[in-house]
Amino acid sequence: MFSLPGYEYFLGFLLIASAVPVLALITNKLLAPRSREGERELTYESGMEPIGGAWIQFNIRYYMFALVFVIFDVETVFLYPWAVAFHKLGLLAFIEALIFIAILVVALAYAWRKGALEWS
Amino acid sequence: MTSPGTVQQAVISPGINLELSFNQALQGLGVPPDLAHILWLPLPMLLVLVAAVIGVLVTVWLERKVSAAAQQRIGPEYAGALGVLQPMADGLKLLVKEDVIPARADELLFTLGPVLVLIPVILSWLIVPFGQHLLISNVGIGIFLWIALSSIQPIGLLMSGYASNNKYSLLGGLRAAAQSISYEIPLALSVLAIVMMSNSLSTIDIVEQQNSAGLLSWNIWRQPVGFLIFWICALAECERLPFDLPEAEEELVAGYQTEYAGMKFALFYLGSYINLVLSALLVSVLYLGGWGFPIPVEWIANLLGQSTQEPLVQVITGSVGIVMTILKAYLLVFLAILLRWTTPRVRIDQLLDLGWKFLLPISLVNLLVTASLKLAFPIAFGG
Repeated sequence: MFSLPGYEYFLGFLLIASAVPVLALITNKLLAPRSREGERELTYESGMEPIGGAWIQFNIRYYMFALVFVIFDVETVFLYPWAVAFHKLGLLAFIEALIFIAILVVALAYAWRKGALEWS
Repeated sequence: MTSPGTVQQAVISPGINLELSFNQALQGLGVPPDLAHILWLPLPMLLVLVAAVIGVLVTVWLERKVSAAAQQRIGPEYAGALGVLQPMADGLKLLVKEDVIPARADELLFTLGPVLVLIPVILSWLIVPFGQHLLISNVGIGIFLWIALSSIQPIGLLMSGYASNNKYSLLGGLRAAAQSISYEIPLALSVLAIVMMSNSLSTIDIVEQQNSAGLLSWNIWRQPVGFLIFWICALAECERLPFDLPEAEEELVAGYQTEYAGMKFALFYLGSYINLVLSALLVSVLYLGGWGFPIPVEWIANLLGQSTQEPLVQVITGSVGIVMTILKAYLLVFLAILLRWTTPRVRIDQLLDLGWKFLLPISLVNLLVTASLKLAFPIAFGG
């Protein structure tokens, strides 16, 4: 009936979880008053007329952190199967993971020295 | 099909199995097994959804009452006894509030943002166990599913911040994304140490592994550093003080929520509280023995000369399990509320320094120490 055991619940719960915000928004649409008068739809900027838009270039720092994140996130994904099977693999797997993590620590040290982890 | 596996488990291990009883009852009435399974499917999901919503209402009330007590105020008191109905009244009010979409915003992304924040948070409840068989589905990847789902949320936050076309919202959205990606790695690494000790990703196995000797076998004693890392990261992921920079009222008005009103604001609100309760539940599952009573229920049952297979004992064990899970989780929620009023907010550079230069190296070391201890003392660290 279903190839992955237990995941039919995932699919079902995805539908139910998606229905919650959708139903809430539809109910809101039906019940709530609707008016477009005045300055209601003006972007909020502390009571002033907004100066320019917000779709502009932003701080490069965010990209740097995103790049370092990608490296380490992939690392953790690689480590998950290792951790689950660790009790069967023993010492050799430990040394292998040690080398793997050591390489990434070098990468972290490099990023640190280059200032990729500095905000200012 | 889950049924064959769970049936076998139920025979060898104690604990009530509602799915099995339900299916057997229906089959007794002449319903084919497949149909019984399909009829069963939505029941645990709706039950958990209702539990999550009630959990949020209680948390909101608790937050307002405890905050009031911390500031020597009274807090909500008119809606129901002690104001218990206040959160529900607030929710109903938001349901009939006008939905304002700023003229310069991107309407589609503006609507999609809060929806995308809420769905993965609700979906993560799939793996929260309240007892041996009291969870929606014991999927094989268990806790990893939660880590995967929790990384969808920042996309929603970034989306709503950017779509609002408001400077405060943009900054709030960017900060939210930067913060949650920075704390996700230490979080995943501290979960990794637990996974290594349990030899499994399933939340059920993680709890069972902790319940051999009650209080003493809880993971918090074997993973004290991991517990602290996980708790700090969970607070950061929930954007709770001291890590609430994305919505820092004094500087960013309300961050990515600035332009939101009515139900869409309520979705953010609901999402953040469901996430808080979820994180507290997962801390109790990963580190505090989940549904386990401080003294193993089997020992008490043996002492009283009762078999754990008896229906009455099973019902009591199941109820105690649910109560224990909720109690542990709410203790942590209470701690989070007290932290809110006792710690000052960190700056963005301090936040990123803490994440990248402190928690990340510490969690890597914690993982390696766990691995070497597991090699040295396999019995104490899950074989």
